[in-house]
Amino acid sequence: MDLLVKNGRVIDPARKIDAVTDIVIRDGKIQLIGAATVPGIPVFEATGLVVAPGFFDIHVHLREPGTEEAETIASGGSAAAAGGFTAVAAMPNTKPPNDNPSITHYILSEARRSSPARVFPIGAITKEQKGETLAEIGEMFEAGIVAISDDGKPVMDSRLFRRALEYALMFDMPVIQHCEDLYLSNGGVMHEGVYSTRLGLKGIPSAAEETMVSRDLILAEMTGSKYHAAHLSTRQAVAMVREAKARRLRVTAEVTPHHFTLTDAAVAGYDTNAKMNPPLRSADDVAAVVEGISDGTIDVIASDHAPHHINLKMLEFDSAPFGITGVETAVGLALTKLQLSMTRLIELFSINPQKIMKVAPWGLFEGSNGDLTVLDLNRNWTFDVNQSRSRSRNSPFHGWSMKGKAVGTIVGGKVVYQDRA
Amino acid sequence: MTNDQWHIDMSLVIGQFSYVISIPSPPSLNMLKRKDLLGIQDISREEILDILDTAESFQEVSKRPIKKVPTLRGKTIINLFFEASTRTRTSFEIAGKRLSADVVNISSSTSSVSKGETLIDTARTLDAMAADCVVIRHSASGAPHTLSKLTKASIINGGDGAHEHPTQALLDACTIRQRKGRLNDLKVAIVGDVAHSRVARSNVHLLTKFGTHVWLCSAPTLMPPGIEKIVCDHGEFLHVTRSMDEALEQADVVMMLRVQFERMNESFFPSIREYFRYYGLTRARAERAKSDVIIMHPGPMNRGVEIATDVADGPYSVILDQVSAGVAVRMAILFLLLGG
Repeated sequence: MDLLVKNGRVIDPARKIDAVTDIVIRDGKIQLIGAATVPGIPVFEATGLVVAPGFFDIHVHLREPGTEEAETIASGGSAAAAGGFTAVAAMPNTKPPNDNPSITHYILSEARRSSPARVFPIGAITKEQKGETLAEIGEMFEAGIVAISDDGKPVMDSRLFRRALEYALMFDMPVIQHCEDLYLSNGGVMHEGVYSTRLGLKGIPSAAEETMVSRDLILAEMTGSKYHAAHLSTRQAVAMVREAKARRLRVTAEVTPHHFTLTDAAVAGYDTNAKMNPPLRSADDVAAVVEGISDGTIDVIASDHAPHHINLKMLEFDSAPFGITGVETAVGLALTKLQLSMTRLIELFSINPQKIMKVAPWGLFEGSNGDLTVLDLNRNWTFDVNQSRSRSRNSPFHGWSMKGKAVGTIVGGKVVYQDRA
Repeated sequence: MTNDQWHIDMSLVIGQFSYVISIPSPPSLNMLKRKDLLGIQDISREEILDILDTAESFQEVSKRPIKKVPTLRGKTIINLFFEASTRTRTSFEIAGKRLSADVVNISSSTSSVSKGETLIDTARTLDAMAADCVVIRHSASGAPHTLSKLTKASIINGGDGAHEHPTQALLDACTIRQRKGRLNDLKVAIVGDVAHSRVARSNVHLLTKFGTHVWLCSAPTLMPPGIEKIVCDHGEFLHVTRSMDEALEQADVVMMLRVQFERMNESFFPSIREYFRYYGLTRARAERAKSDVIIMHPGPMNRGVEIATDVADGPYSVILDQVSAGVAVRMAILFLLLGG
């Protein structure tokens, strides 16, 4: 695909680019960055807009295979594109889980066929995510996975997790952990604190996350492996990662938009769209997450897009599943709620995700994939969940007004999403 | 309710029975301006007093030879109980019937995944049958709130998970006020399994609203985090201690909580023997309280676990008064929600 992206503010912090100029894409690859007049190819007018290297959401659940009533690779990929993401990394908790190369192949072929955004599968650490024996990590790597994780079923067995970290060294892949000590969380449904006590709901203490982060950092140091902490939510967890980075461990961390915008107060009224894991924490934790984003402790903002069918989300709070959709609101919430430089924002959404997952070529240079995210920093808009491209509707951000939006998503020179005011 | 309707009802009854009906006269009635009763936390002192005053006037009805008034004739009340209950369900049933409402009982055991669907679909079904009021008890906190968003019928929370049990707190308040003459400026000790207790939470909200000092007492394993801050406006009246002696010292009221073994899926204390040693109410312990102390228990009691039999059956016990007050309070609530 060919495309001329005209007159945008082109920013790539990794290559120290920040200039109003043009980008020419030929056959899906960037051919030229600089003032250009190329007759006969389609033009994407970007005057007044920011043009960034493609945004990459490294924590989404596409639900296919197995739970297609909630989401498919096609619908999730389409929603991601509408949120400004040119790529997503898909967690392995499908049915069956992505714990062997045949599932990896299926996800990749279905993504090529139907998803506007690129899809990079994450493989399971253990067979069936059961936490008992290692999955076929090498074969999945050859099939195309970019990381391993048992996702919402954290590896509780410390010895097995050590082996996973060691084994991943063969492929230099990150091991992603959902940090939760299941003994401490033990059936909890929201953050443990005043609100859980007032509402009579079983709490998940901050310590459930923190003890797991603490153990994992010790094992990551011992093995020298690449460790990525998913969706951190507590002050102490952020502090421990900060300290680990100061000691030069190969540790990275992500946070979700809901953990920097909402607190456990949102659960009052028993809204199941305020039920996610890790749970919405206290105002102090939210402040700590925002500090972590600002000071570089946090590498990535990822949505933890977790679609669930309305039939499940309309259950009582105790019975409803954890998770909310997020790919369409992540960029808007970051632009609206965080006071970040464009450089820092692009690091969080594009440069760092690429570095962690090592997908290439990525960024604004000649020969790289023509994957671009175009932002309108001044666009005022309101999220309407009923217009979502996801198959599910479980968002707590319905009706939220935001300033700043992804208005163009370009994958391999093809405009897969645009929103002209 | 208008005065005209009131008089028509009265005359019918006077024609039917040979004595004069004397329930609260219409002008003094202050109908609750709300659809549902979901909890104590969000209702006002004035509403609570309206309920208690009305309940006191209804207590007389239960003492008549023919214990029935026509107030809610033609109204349909459904008791939707997803959890075992004897006294609350029976109490609501008797309250509804003494007000001449049609009362239907539905007991449903909760089955794992489908229970929420059952709850919502059941609620819509009952609404379609034009029920006026649904009393719901459910093991999931917030289940009544989920229902209230979906139904036209008034929802009364008959106990939800570990959240609230508003009618229990109201009947406790009714009992305390009758015995102590007031709801303010008392010391009330609430002792036992606070973590799993909706009764404790509703009582804390109610009593602190009136300026009574509430002392919550239990082992640290049964004291939920942040409990000292659950009251929004009158936090200075809430105290937390792990010493039963401190809680009972000069108490006007001692409220014992049932140890809810059925909700415990982990180890909170080593043995019943050891629990009773530290948190069981014995006669010797009760002597730390004021000489005119009243001893309460929401029931059902675990004798020998949280309360010794001689105390439960002793002279300070008002446990059966609580049960009697329960009928009157529930009549008052049904009347004030549905009578208008």
